[in-house]
Amino acid sequence: MAGNTRVVEVNDVSKRFIIRKEKSLKERLVNAGRSKQFKEDFWALKNVSLEITSGQTIGLIGPNGSGKSTLLKTIGGIIQPTTGSIRRRGRLAALLELGAGFHQDLTGRENVYLNASILGLSRKQTDLYFDDIVDFSGIKDFIDTQVKFYSSGMYVRLAFAVAVHVDPDLLLVDEVLAVGDEAFQRKCLDKIRSFQREGRTIVLVTHSLGQITEFCDRAVLLNRGTVLFDGAPHEAVRDFREVLEERRIDEAEAHNATHEEQVPVDNGSILSTTVHAAGRAEGDPVRPGDDLVVRVTYRHPTGLDDWIAAIQIDNVQGVPVYGTASLRLGVSMGTLREPRTVEFIIRGAQFGTGKYFINSTLMDAEKKHLADVPQAVSFDVPHYDLAVGILHAEPEIRVLGA
Amino acid sequence: MAGSALESPAARAARLQDEPWQYAGGSSKGVTGTVASVREIWAQRRLLGLLTSRELKSRYKDSAGGFLWSLAKPLTQLFIYYLVIGQFLGAARNIDNFAVYIFAGLTIYTLFSEIVGAGTGSIIANAGLVKKVYLPREIFPLAAVGSALFNFVVQMVILLVAAGIIGTLSFGPQLLFGLGSLVLILIWGTAIALLLGALNVYLRDIQYLVEVVLLLLMWASPILYSWQQAASVLPQWLLEIYVNSPITLAVLGFQEAFWSEASNGVPLPHLALRMLIAAAIGVLALFGAQRVFSRLQGDFAQEL
Repeated sequence: MAGNTRVVEVNDVSKRFIIRKEKSLKERLVNAGRSKQFKEDFWALKNVSLEITSGQTIGLIGPNGSGKSTLLKTIGGIIQPTTGSIRRRGRLAALLELGAGFHQDLTGRENVYLNASILGLSRKQTDLYFDDIVDFSGIKDFIDTQVKFYSSGMYVRLAFAVAVHVDPDLLLVDEVLAVGDEAFQRKCLDKIRSFQREGRTIVLVTHSLGQITEFCDRAVLLNRGTVLFDGAPHEAVRDFREVLEERRIDEAEAHNATHEEQVPVDNGSILSTTVHAAGRAEGDPVRPGDDLVVRVTYRHPTGLDDWIAAIQIDNVQGVPVYGTASLRLGVSMGTLREPRTVEFIIRGAQFGTGKYFINSTLMDAEKKHLADVPQAVSFDVPHYDLAVGILHAEPEIRVLGA
Repeated sequence: MAGSALESPAARAARLQDEPWQYAGGSSKGVTGTVASVREIWAQRRLLGLLTSRELKSRYKDSAGGFLWSLAKPLTQLFIYYLVIGQFLGAARNIDNFAVYIFAGLTIYTLFSEIVGAGTGSIIANAGLVKKVYLPREIFPLAAVGSALFNFVVQMVILLVAAGIIGTLSFGPQLLFGLGSLVLILIWGTAIALLLGALNVYLRDIQYLVEVVLLLLMWASPILYSWQQAASVLPQWLLEIYVNSPITLAVLGFQEAFWSEASNGVPLPHLALRMLIAAAIGVLALFGAQRVFSRLQGDFAQEL
């Protein structure tokens, strides 16, 4: 069974980075006695343990500086952990930066051979795949031109083409899928799908949460070097949003603290958000065609004129499906001070099968977000046999004669 | 994906189940670590060849003269030294066939100087690869050795032709000294290149220091004068260091092979034995340098 062959084991891995602020001999000699002052260390990874089984596609997500790229590099053997160990088996290809092995002064053809060799392909194998690689890249006319004359798009195309042809058992990908034009991106993603069908293991670092929920069967959320969550992608994405929100609030507070003399500012808040379908109880499934009723209660400590109440509905993949706001509806809200409840009624909502999350937001007249509650509440739309997707509509099919 | 598309996910999993675990980027300590590294490098020998040819190709790409330019420097050096040191300063009076004498020494010394010079900068020059792909990092200094060897071969051809024309070349056992010198320089050059290449990542001053020291070392070996001239001036203890340095021995070995026979050269006593001992110590130094290199290379990616 494909499900239980482990291909990567990360055992209690920690990685400490020491940042020295001086680099030259002179600086080091001058500062020899006080070298502590010129060192800064932090833990990029703290006691991370993971097991990856063959055929899995794992997404690593986390805010900037959370250690996800470091983890990927330790798996790839590019960075050695300070403590702990990593073992793996099978052929590895790391796509940490497209074209890392490209040399500016060599032609595309020479670089294909060089790069394929770096990724572990023999000359014979490269000969075999060469035409495929050039076809995939779509830059046949320029293959004998030095790569320094390539546009950045051509560069990336060729590099990706080489990387996907090296027949890896384990592919490490770091944020490189965001390059190239749309048609090429699509090609890349199709290639990743076919890798999945072939049972290859993929570890993916990306900031595109859509890619995580679309491709991965497991997601690992990292924050400040530790694993916060390891499991179903859409849950990881939800937790990730919370982390981001916390960070945003922290940063906003830090910002306020420095600029407004350390007085914590209460910008108003959202006290509650509820959702139900008209005529049904809260928590009951919402059926297509129901009127969706969303009630949000707001409050502001000092009084807020011309405020805006807004909601947004996301699907589990984090894709916004629907959004509206009091401003759009031309409703003037007056002054907010004491808790006030606003009711949004979405008539005849036709959501497709699945779970949906409601984010509610309080904004001031300049549309500055004062309070956000991501995924404040959710509702389910029951399974519909005849169609998939986020839109509900009744399908019909007719076979037309020739 | 011709060959692999046939493999089903289950078959792949089954194959992987049987594959042994390998530790990511990990090389163990001591002799087993070196053995493992050598095996890894051997597995990548083709890549080593490609990297070497990349260095060579890119160096003279877009220049009309191509690799002929690599000859310009040694030939100019030869000309200047022959004229200024040999004729103006009169060194040629004591040394027969002075041009061949200089060129023999320069050829082997240039090999050493290129290995050490390029090897020291090799990790930094390949920072893009070191940071993004896992390869046995020893490959980069070794590629520097490879491209230095290529230039060496070109100079060697000139040396042989010149020695043949002037008449100092004859076939005999003394040619083995040439081979011995080459081996000696390769061992020591590689050891120093590995060590300095790794250290240079942490302390960038080293590459500038190396340039200066290489300039100095050229005069600290009997390339442009004879070793007896140094012997008459240096105190005994310094002379011992001087004649037993691997560079001096290699230079003397090269002169022995391609110049001495026909030119009344005075050989250093026990040259062969000294070279053997220097080579043996060199092998130990190479081993030590590789250990240091593998200890330091764990943090290359973050230091670059």
